[in-house]
Amino acid sequence: MVQSLDYLKETASQTAGPYVHIGLIPSQAGFDIFENNFTNVLADENTRGERIIIEGRVIDGTGTPLRDALLEIWQANADGRYNHQLDRQKSGKVDEGFRGWGRTGTDFDTAVYRFETIKPGVVSGRNGKDMAPHINFWIVARGINIGLNTRMYFADEQEANAADPVLNLIEQKTRRKTLIADRDDSGSIPVYRFDIILQGDGETVFFDI
Amino acid sequence: MEFYQRDRTLQPAGYTPIYKTSVARSPRQSLMSLQGSLSEITGPVFGQNELGPLDNDLIRNYAKDGDPIGERIFVHGRVLDENNRPVPNTLVEFWQANAGGRYRHKKDTYLAPIDPNFGGCGRALTDENGYYFFRTIKPGPYPWRNYVNSWRPAHIHFSVFGSGFAQRLITQMYFEGDPLIKECPIVHVIPDEDAINRLIAPIDLKGSVPLDTIAYKFDIVLRGRRSTLFENRLEGN
Repeated sequence: MVQSLDYLKETASQTAGPYVHIGLIPSQAGFDIFENNFTNVLADENTRGERIIIEGRVIDGTGTPLRDALLEIWQANADGRYNHQLDRQKSGKVDEGFRGWGRTGTDFDTAVYRFETIKPGVVSGRNGKDMAPHINFWIVARGINIGLNTRMYFADEQEANAADPVLNLIEQKTRRKTLIADRDDSGSIPVYRFDIILQGDGETVFFDI
Repeated sequence: MEFYQRDRTLQPAGYTPIYKTSVARSPRQSLMSLQGSLSEITGPVFGQNELGPLDNDLIRNYAKDGDPIGERIFVHGRVLDENNRPVPNTLVEFWQANAGGRYRHKKDTYLAPIDPNFGGCGRALTDENGYYFFRTIKPGPYPWRNYVNSWRPAHIHFSVFGSGFAQRLITQMYFEGDPLIKECPIVHVIPDEDAINRLIAPIDLKGSVPLDTIAYKFDIVLRGRRSTLFENRLEGN
């Protein structure tokens, strides 16, 4: 026998279930309870940066879109700074009104999710290597036992994407494109479309972060 | 700084056929292991000013003309990390069915009635010691379409943030002594018996208010953080 290590163990994850909206988006569950609700709108009129919309669906292994998924995003501001004390990058400044986080559910009818935010700047990665602009996603739903982490990159950042240290870790080049959202400039605000494929052909890359 | 790698032997896999919905909703490719960068070690920060005074009181926060029907309980505990350090000022959200096992959700069609005085959700920020508490009524079990005769044990859903996005966690709390726990496929997607036991809240008579409300204790452990040994630890690790 040896001495025991006195670390605690991480609490086990469980599915968010079909009624996750009650706790996290009560208005979508069908009632109003909190004065202040968290939403899918990340930017206000004072936020610096280019306004964008992110839209997409979450699709299961049979090709059916999930109507009960919940998504959260976490991103840097237009200067590439996270609004968090551990971000000590020298360049750029924190945007006080921009938390960088939002949540939404896929629509019960259309199955589409949508965020209104700004395009993030370049963030310094490990060993000082710049990461291409990206948005961190976390997806939970009925049938998902532990939240899935992925990243969305921008199709109009080809050069930065080609040098991105995380995209380049993905061994099969053909899978990298599952993380790159196409840009649609046909409306008044650019829309990036990002479908998340949970399983099968074109399966999105998910990270163990 | 980075977080300790998640111990996937204690966590449920994606593909767990006893829980049928997981079959089509789990990736078939391996997860790609990614060392933490700023994108993973940082995460959203919330303030007390964003919460209302009744947000952690489910007995009062949706009451229309009286109290909800059911067993009055407190649920309280600490959010800690694997280093046994408190996680202060972190957002904890919770939601649940009413005493009859009915959710206030437009997609729940179970025949047990809605309680007009019960919403079923709340939230709290942990204090400087990682402590949180809320007041509610004990939820009832309810049937679901997995096997023909599947019933969820009484449970409360929890959502916890931690200090970095890599710590983000959703789980479920169960109640000591509930015989449905050992029958539940959702519980048993967790491969480790001790990890299951850590989701079961013991009754806490010392934390109860006599003639008023009984208490359950539920601690939550998030991933611990590492900084390189012998480097300066000015960040407080």
